[in-house]
Amino acid sequence: MTDTKSILLVGVGGQGTILAGNILSTALLEAGYDVKVSEIHGMSQRGGSVSTQIRYGKKVHSPVIGRGQADILIAFEAMEALRYLEFLKPEGKVVVNDYKIPSAPILMGKADYPENVIEILKEKASTSVIDAAKIAQELGNMKVMNVVLLGALAKAMDLTDIDWEGVIRNTVKKEFIDINIEAFKRGRDKLALAEA
Amino acid sequence: MKKLLTGNEAVALGAYEAGVHFAAAYPGTPSTEILENIAKYEEIISEWSPNEKVAFEAALGASIAGARSLAAMKHVGLNVAADPLFTTGYTGVNGGMVLVVADDPGLHSSQNEQDNRYYAKHAKIAMLEPSNSQEAKDMVKIAFEISEKFDTLVMLRMTTRVCHSKSLVEPGERKELPLKPYVKDLTKYYVAPAVAKQLHVKVEERLKKLEDFSNETDLNYIEWNDRKIGVISSGVAYEYAREVFGQKASYLKLGFTHPLPGKKIREFAEKVEKLYVIEELEPYMEEYVRALGFDCTGKDKIPNIWELNPEIIASSLFEEETPTIQYDKSLVANRPPTLCAGCPHRGFFYGLSKRKNVMITGDIGCYTLGGADPLRAMDTTICMGASISVGHGAKKVFDRYKKDMRVVSVIGDSTFFHTGINSLLDVVYNKSNTITCILDNRVTGMTGHQDHPGTGYTLAGEETEMISIPDLVRALGIKHVRTVNPLKLDQLKEAFDWAFALDEASVIISKYPCVLKKWSKFDREEFEPLEGKCEVDVEKCIGCKMCVNTGCPALQFVKEDKKVKVDPVQCVGCELCMQVCPTEAIYKVGD
Repeated sequence: MTDTKSILLVGVGGQGTILAGNILSTALLEAGYDVKVSEIHGMSQRGGSVSTQIRYGKKVHSPVIGRGQADILIAFEAMEALRYLEFLKPEGKVVVNDYKIPSAPILMGKADYPENVIEILKEKASTSVIDAAKIAQELGNMKVMNVVLLGALAKAMDLTDIDWEGVIRNTVKKEFIDINIEAFKRGRDKLALAEA
Repeated sequence: MKKLLTGNEAVALGAYEAGVHFAAAYPGTPSTEILENIAKYEEIISEWSPNEKVAFEAALGASIAGARSLAAMKHVGLNVAADPLFTTGYTGVNGGMVLVVADDPGLHSSQNEQDNRYYAKHAKIAMLEPSNSQEAKDMVKIAFEISEKFDTLVMLRMTTRVCHSKSLVEPGERKELPLKPYVKDLTKYYVAPAVAKQLHVKVEERLKKLEDFSNETDLNYIEWNDRKIGVISSGVAYEYAREVFGQKASYLKLGFTHPLPGKKIREFAEKVEKLYVIEELEPYMEEYVRALGFDCTGKDKIPNIWELNPEIIASSLFEEETPTIQYDKSLVANRPPTLCAGCPHRGFFYGLSKRKNVMITGDIGCYTLGGADPLRAMDTTICMGASISVGHGAKKVFDRYKKDMRVVSVIGDSTFFHTGINSLLDVVYNKSNTITCILDNRVTGMTGHQDHPGTGYTLAGEETEMISIPDLVRALGIKHVRTVNPLKLDQLKEAFDWAFALDEASVIISKYPCVLKKWSKFDREEFEPLEGKCEVDVEKCIGCKMCVNTGCPALQFVKEDKKVKVDPVQCVGCELCMQVCPTEAIYKVGD
């Protein structure tokens, strides 16, 4: 493979992964990268597991990756990180939201939410944990959880030449610009602390 | 300035720039957004059709009238539109006509993964296959030129990863075109046997010309690198192949894939040492390459099931595993799609699941999930409209051979308009005592809320005649019709009791808007909105799980204290759980 980097963003339908993916891909585009994004729509939206793949570099061919090919796995929900862990390169990074959404079999008492997800992730890969729900709650709007996580991802990607604020300003609705910029910064700073 | 567009958005932009006058479709993943985006351009007459056959024929009519026209559909939609497809292969067009078909390798949202490239060959029409969004846009424009130059329908074959992946596209300007003159021509469009006989001769001549074009066009190009390895590929598989082989191979990249370019393939294959044919799904190109007499590596190694990606291609060709992190995947619980909290289908299937000796024939839509855990209230789902006709055939046999079985056919509103009407006619005409349930949630739900003939609105958002389902089924000859609110279980039970006691076919219309639908003026006039939230009185809850067994995602059974709790974020107050609770432990707040 080439200089192309691959980010795998996973979560549960309704968590705002698509908006986060849009902000990220726009920012990469404006920074001059070739970008390809792949999402799956349709049946998976109904409370199912969702994933967005974002690839960027000088020239990107495939919009999708396979197992063992992601540089960063960012999970908006903890169990989803474990589901998709096999797509991460062994030397790749995990950024995981310390947040649980029980799936239908768990809600009905027919399956258990896996124990120690975060510990398993930490044992298997370079993992940064962030409590994005707590930060979003402190900011007074649970819906910005996705942008908190985007901030954490931006830190993990370690790209310096990107105008994240400008992109957020142009992507989200006017009345939510300030809170989203704040959410982004809090996510970024939190991850910096977690990594230090 | 380049834009990041999905393949579907790029097709819409291409149609706009190509001066398209008319476009029609029936929604279907992964093709739905094509018409949704075309509809944003006022210059183009854009329509949702009741089904794909109608969409195709409407686009053909527009073409015969002199317009540039486009029809879009998912892969299985072309099965519905296959009849006019094959004859259009004979007639050709007047204004250019492009058929956009979206295959779904990997069955992300489909009942099969048929490879529609064979349709182009079978119907003897031209075919283009884009690999990314820029190509999707460019190829739509080229497709119209080819259509008009060669007097042929052109199929643009997309796949899920082309439709739903975003890549950079350079937008252009729309070229406004006048309609071509309409000329009555019986030797072209009046396909009676004597005419068709002559048209078949023309079709074969046209195919020869198209093959010459296929050999000449830049849509099929060779990129010479190292000649030890040669790769023939098309569509998104080409992008995967580039990722795997990089500069270490030479490529014959095919964008025009029917007819295939025999000369160009020969020229390429003769000059490389080892030849690979890399394509998703079936060995469509490989069979041709082999028929030309060239040995190659293809489906002997690369799977013809499910979608590909660079890792699958590399590991199947070179038999080396990509290193991955090893862990116990069995720890991860499934996360299947579920009916939403407050979904009106839940009440319906809960009521139906209590009936014994029933065969439930289902259909295609969100309500297909009624067959999944925990409700499991569905025995079959085959294709659009099949619920009613499959149910009819089964009931006729059950009755003739004295089997004590009732048949309930379950179909959505949009699906009923799509292909359910003919089937219900069969029920009446051939006298089967089935119970047809039309789950009318006032919208095409699964594909993301498109209007249909029963909603009162067109794709352009104009008000139109709202087709009444009760009037329609009565006109088809059904004498027993009832409409119920599926969130009221007692109403539903009464309707089932009534229908099960009848000795003639009946229709129950289960009517309440999709919980995610933005209500129209008509919805507000007709329905009472849901209000408040449900809460559990833990003193009264006995942990019997009756409520969680409705499958509502807002309810959780907490193992530690053997009680149920309600997620107030998800609960919309539909009260279904209150109605099934044996101890009245669930109550309502805030309504």
